[in-house]
Amino acid sequence: MARAAPEDRGLHVRLHASLQGRRIEAVVIGGSAGGVDALIQLLPALPEGYDLPVMCILHLPSDRESRLAELFDERLPLPVREAADKEAIAAGTVYFAGAGYHLSVEQDRTFSLSCEPPVHYARPALDVLMESSADAYGAGLVGILLTGANHDGADGMAQIRARGGFTVVQDPDDAQVGVMPLEAIRRCNPHLVLPLAGIKALLPLLENYKS
Amino acid sequence: MTKPPSDIDIELRMLVEAVYLKYNYDFRDYTGASQKRRVLTALRAMECETVSALQSRVMHDPAAFAQLLQFLTIPVTEMFRDPDYYLAIRRHVVPFLETYPSLKLWVAGCSTGEEVYSMAILLKEEGLLERTLIYATDINPESLDAARRGVMQLDRMRLYTENYQKAGGKAAFSDYYTAAYGGALFDRGLIENVTFADHSLATDSVFAETHFISCRNVMIYFNRRLQNRVLGLFHESLCHRGFLGLGSKESIDFSSYAQRFESLARRERLFRKVGA
Repeated sequence: MARAAPEDRGLHVRLHASLQGRRIEAVVIGGSAGGVDALIQLLPALPEGYDLPVMCILHLPSDRESRLAELFDERLPLPVREAADKEAIAAGTVYFAGAGYHLSVEQDRTFSLSCEPPVHYARPALDVLMESSADAYGAGLVGILLTGANHDGADGMAQIRARGGFTVVQDPDDAQVGVMPLEAIRRCNPHLVLPLAGIKALLPLLENYKS
Repeated sequence: MTKPPSDIDIELRMLVEAVYLKYNYDFRDYTGASQKRRVLTALRAMECETVSALQSRVMHDPAAFAQLLQFLTIPVTEMFRDPDYYLAIRRHVVPFLETYPSLKLWVAGCSTGEEVYSMAILLKEEGLLERTLIYATDINPESLDAARRGVMQLDRMRLYTENYQKAGGKAAFSDYYTAAYGGALFDRGLIENVTFADHSLATDSVFAETHFISCRNVMIYFNRRLQNRVLGLFHESLCHRGFLGLGSKESIDFSSYAQRFESLARRERLFRKVGA
């Protein structure tokens, strides 16, 4: 194995330092414009048997089925599924929010769907998934917000932070569209602001801090 | 590990308990996350500081409860929502329905009536409307009133027309409504054989034998226990080999009725009662 370049080692030290004392139970990742490309770079960092559940949500057109779960299931070594109503959330699985419905996490760590009105013109909305996840997992949640062009996700990230969760926002300068990360940074004062490469380095480390 | 309940979760539980004891509306087995969001929205709209304050108001003022009820139920729907569902009914269910001399159809959780009018239009075009009795039920009296009136927002007609055409519509959608009362008033003939009724899937029992039950995006708000209750009601109400239609992301796989219905059109969520 090649030795990590000095700047990589510096990053790892910084990431570990910021995660000290965490007891992580789940990861939620949200984005909008540019989000598919970002996830294509990011998610391959997840190894097979990853010990946490990963919930992904992107803004989607509501009038047709999402193929994201299929797309990533072919590319990743761990199972990828569209989150189903009343399904128990399992570690080692990547879930995607489907089109046309809000996705929430219940207190008993199952998913639920709902047809409430769109939030920030979006259904599924990041705020809905993030706020309900923050409610269910409290300090055990890691929220990651990526590229996007609207303000959805800022309230959700603020809620994750308020409930003691760990918050990471993509560096707006590194994002394809910086509007969403900028608003989230303003609202939630995240623990880390990282370029995509940094978030990619962070993802596999998180399971070392599993609750 | 689940956490101990937060203050607001305790207050929410007390609110739904109070609503049940006082008004006999049972939201105790609704899923929590969505209900919490809706109560918090009500809190802001009704200018209450806390859920406990809201509970106190609702306890002592029936008008406040009527207002809260509008938040607790979810009247978000559209005509011919998921056109493939209606197309699949035409293809897979109608051929069986045609064989009965008279029909009973139940739209459970009909909200403001969009699905009822859609179904009536479909039945009319298939030549079945005259021999069909439709029960349209909901727990929200304001929604039922709106459903009876049958006035839809004009600005929704473009979307509904598009849906109608994709759903295999055989006429011009505009044949079914006239512009009136600042909206689109639907043909009264469509609901001549419709009985709109207050019925709770959480507390009421079966009231008729039916051939086809459509209950879309209602059970997603229920926990598994209530879902099982409702599927039990449907199973009991449906005639031998009767039909059940659900919302596009709903499933009976996780329920105790998984083996008692068979899939008729998997993607469109049409099921058929398994023979005894």
